[in-house]
Amino acid sequence: MALKALRKLLPTGTTGAPGTPTGPVATPPRAADGDVLLETAGLTKSYAGADGELPVLAGIDLKVRAGEIVALLGKSGSGKSTLLRCLAGLIPASSGTVSYRGEPLTGANPGTAMVFQTFALLPWLTVQQNVELGLEARGVPAEERARAAVQAIDLIGLDGFESAYPKELSGGMRQRVGFARALVVEPDVLMMDEPFSALDVLTAENLRGELMELWESGQFPTRAVVLVTHNIEEAVLMADRIVVLGSRPYGTIRETVEVGLDRPRDRDAPAFQELIDRVYRIMTGRAKETRISGRAEPADQPAADQDRRTVAGTPLPAATVDGLSGLAEMVAHRGGRCDLADLADELGLDVDDMLPQVDALDLLGFARVSGDDLVLTEAGTEFAGADVQASKPLFARAATEVPLVKLITNSLRQRPDAAVRAGFFRDLLAHHFTSEQVERQLETATDWGRYAELYTYDADRQEYRLDEGASAKI
Amino acid sequence: MSFKAGGAPPRAPLSSRFAGRLSRMTWVDVVVAAAVLVLLYLVLRVGQGTTVRFSTDQSVAVDTDPSALPYDAARSLLRMFAALAASIAFTFVYAYAAAKSRRLERILIPALDILQSVPVLGFLTVAVTGFIALFPGSMLGLECASIFAIFTSQAWNMTFAFYHSLTSLPRELDELSRSFRFTKWMRFWKVEVPAGMIGLVWNGMMSFGGGWFFLVASEAISVNNKDYALPGVGSYAGAAVTDGDLGKVGWAILTMAVMVIGVNFLFWRPLTAWAERFKNEQSEATEIQRSAVLDFLRRSHWPRLLGASLRPVGRALGRAARVFGTDDRPLTVDPARRRTGDLTFGIVAGALIAWGLVDLGFYLNDRTGLGVFGEPLLLGLVTFVRVVVLVAVATVVWVPIGVRIGFSPRLTRVAQPIVQVLASFPANFLFPLAVWFFLKTGLSINVGGILLMALGAQWYILFNTIAGAMSIPTDLREAMDDLGVRGRQRWKRLILPGIFPSYVTGGITASGGAWNASIVSEVVTFGGTTLTATGLGAYIAQATSDGDFPRLIAGVAVMSLYVVGLNRLLWRRLYRLADTRYAL
Repeated sequence: MALKALRKLLPTGTTGAPGTPTGPVATPPRAADGDVLLETAGLTKSYAGADGELPVLAGIDLKVRAGEIVALLGKSGSGKSTLLRCLAGLIPASSGTVSYRGEPLTGANPGTAMVFQTFALLPWLTVQQNVELGLEARGVPAEERARAAVQAIDLIGLDGFESAYPKELSGGMRQRVGFARALVVEPDVLMMDEPFSALDVLTAENLRGELMELWESGQFPTRAVVLVTHNIEEAVLMADRIVVLGSRPYGTIRETVEVGLDRPRDRDAPAFQELIDRVYRIMTGRAKETRISGRAEPADQPAADQDRRTVAGTPLPAATVDGLSGLAEMVAHRGGRCDLADLADELGLDVDDMLPQVDALDLLGFARVSGDDLVLTEAGTEFAGADVQASKPLFARAATEVPLVKLITNSLRQRPDAAVRAGFFRDLLAHHFTSEQVERQLETATDWGRYAELYTYDADRQEYRLDEGASAKI
Repeated sequence: MSFKAGGAPPRAPLSSRFAGRLSRMTWVDVVVAAAVLVLLYLVLRVGQGTTVRFSTDQSVAVDTDPSALPYDAARSLLRMFAALAASIAFTFVYAYAAAKSRRLERILIPALDILQSVPVLGFLTVAVTGFIALFPGSMLGLECASIFAIFTSQAWNMTFAFYHSLTSLPRELDELSRSFRFTKWMRFWKVEVPAGMIGLVWNGMMSFGGGWFFLVASEAISVNNKDYALPGVGSYAGAAVTDGDLGKVGWAILTMAVMVIGVNFLFWRPLTAWAERFKNEQSEATEIQRSAVLDFLRRSHWPRLLGASLRPVGRALGRAARVFGTDDRPLTVDPARRRTGDLTFGIVAGALIAWGLVDLGFYLNDRTGLGVFGEPLLLGLVTFVRVVVLVAVATVVWVPIGVRIGFSPRLTRVAQPIVQVLASFPANFLFPLAVWFFLKTGLSINVGGILLMALGAQWYILFNTIAGAMSIPTDLREAMDDLGVRGRQRWKRLILPGIFPSYVTGGITASGGAWNASIVSEVVTFGGTTLTATGLGAYIAQATSDGDFPRLIAGVAVMSLYVVGLNRLLWRRLYRLADTRYAL
């Protein structure tokens, strides 16, 4: 039986003191279940923008206790990875505190070890040398750390790969090395930054299952896990608590969901499915967040709402025209209304993979989300059914209502013959977005505007101009 | 698959794992051992010569008997490798300081940028005088000056490459190091050096190739109206040239060719093949560097034995280096303290530089007046025209040929190693032949100088064009064939844009090399005849042999100005364009 072997291999299981490769670094006493290991109070994180600081995280109060798995769930741009790095002491908080066992962090968190999305293995070291790194850093003598590393390697199912180099391994095997490397130092909290998202579906599923098996055995070398993910199902499957982060206008804790399900969790159980739907609704903001787009739920929104949409409050989702019209056509094909989770399932995607396209359709007024369904509007149905040439004016009409596209078009129309440099819009956007976000916003706006034949963009000169064909039509 | 249940099989202790191997020594091991022994003996034997007594009044006599060539070659090689070692040490210290200290970075990096544009040969005088004073009465002073000259041609490139790899360390490796609380030494030795290894090795190889030129130029030099010579291939050739003995020049050229090819085959090829393991990509590469020598070494047991015996040393080093502390940076910095530190640093550095400038100004003013800059500025224009003509002609000649070679895998296999050797073969070696040719045909050195400069510089354009043509994807070429795009249109739409990024790299190197070469190309001697062209290179060469420091400083400063100006105004822009628009 695997579990017996684990108990044998991991002498720290119960007391954490004798026999552990401690070296010069003293291991703190093992935390009892429920002890607060990590805590943030009023944490905000912001990056320098054009006029002052741009927050990416704000007002984060979070406790991670011994004995639990906490998932940080959010769309890209919600600051979940940033939060993880603040907890690990890798980046400083702009305000508020992060503490480990009650002590505010002054540098890298001594009680955490990280598993990386991209594995972060040193390609010039063998599997065993990679696993030994953390022990070596603590000054553990060579023989002792070799013994501990070989144990961890065996435990994680890498036996026989000790002398292999990472590039000889498959993705799943590489991430096993990542886990072994983090577990061998027996940190209080294991930090996982989207550890399965670079793996194929089957491999990820397998590794997830094994990890949970190890966790449930009660012999896991760490006392708590913080998991960053954008995958709702993964969060529901693994976590005891799901912290959903919202991204508009910056990362805040939108809601915390306790997952009371027994382990091992059955995906097909109605309770499981219900929870996924609930988390999905929280994530897309339909449950609580007041709607920003006026058209989706016109009944309970003032009519003037659309005019209040600003460049800052209505960021463009990272969806291409091809992507969003593809989704529109699929929904149209299913009668103009379909369950998003089912559609994703059918396509072999995660629901969250489609969120940018869903947001884009919503923003353009082509569709709205009602409950778990995506429903095409009249304009959306027309758009989905039109051929390329016919779809362009429809798209143009919808796109001109999108704040950033509107801003660019209006700026250009003031002097129809002149070009406007991208730097102008970049500066305007810099008040509200980080420079990376600015580039993404402009990229999407350029794609949409070009397709709509509203304006052209010269990448060499970095200039926008009105599309001559289009201005002739107007 | 599930986590493995069974315990670990009993493992043999490390020592016994190697024990069985010794009894199975193969002939490969014997050969390798013998080779190492011979190498050691040679280094000791040749190294002894460097401390021979020598006084500045001594007349220089170079033995031009061809039988002296092997010894000369060994001395030259020793110099090259000593310079390489110095360059590596410098690279680690300088690049590390620049990458780790925000304040030092502000000074060190622009300084490096200028240093690499400075014509190295102009400094040879200063170096020779300085080092001779440092080691009075010993050959070691001259030796150091020569090594210094080679060092200055190698170090900047390598330092830039390593600095770049330090600052662009993948984010996850930085986080790995800090999250697992690596010691500073571990971060440097296990993460940063390996991550930068490929850049170091390739830049080292390129710089080493360029270094031959300076070896030849620095072994026999006249400073302050005095001739100095070190035993070496360069000085041998120099003496043969003075005698006007073309046969002996031929022997020297042959020796040089053997050295260049030999070092490439025995040292750099194995090293680049070995560096493959430091590629930070997670999959097996399609095209990998191979080396017969490395394969041979790997077949022997020596690398493993050496590794096993070095491991305790590495561990001891790692333990000792724990004193440098953990790789961690404080999450909070006191902004007031930081500002104060910045200010203090800025004032001190600024004051030092200002003091130096004022001192230099007074010095020049006392000696010659500041008008000393006027003449080199004008002469610089002449040399500038030569550089432009050179780059233009080399482009017209070599780009079509390079494209032809790059498009044909068969031709590439044959031509690339040859061009590589041609590029690192010191062109100044061939000067005597060229001068002999000029004297025969009556070609003016003012025009011929371009030819001499081109002897070394043109290969960079050819070499990079081949690389550029090879990088154009085959499917693009097939698409053009399919569409019937040929002739002018094909050049305009596919070939020129495709090779542009590589060409720009070649152009920068060629133009930089041409400026440097002008110092030795605008004044040439063969068998008692000296030809002098009008130009900044000749001006600097003249100032060097006269020991006229104010004019030397002015000449070198003006040439640096031209090189930096040309880089900033032309090449940098082309580079950016290549990067944004023509990157394939």
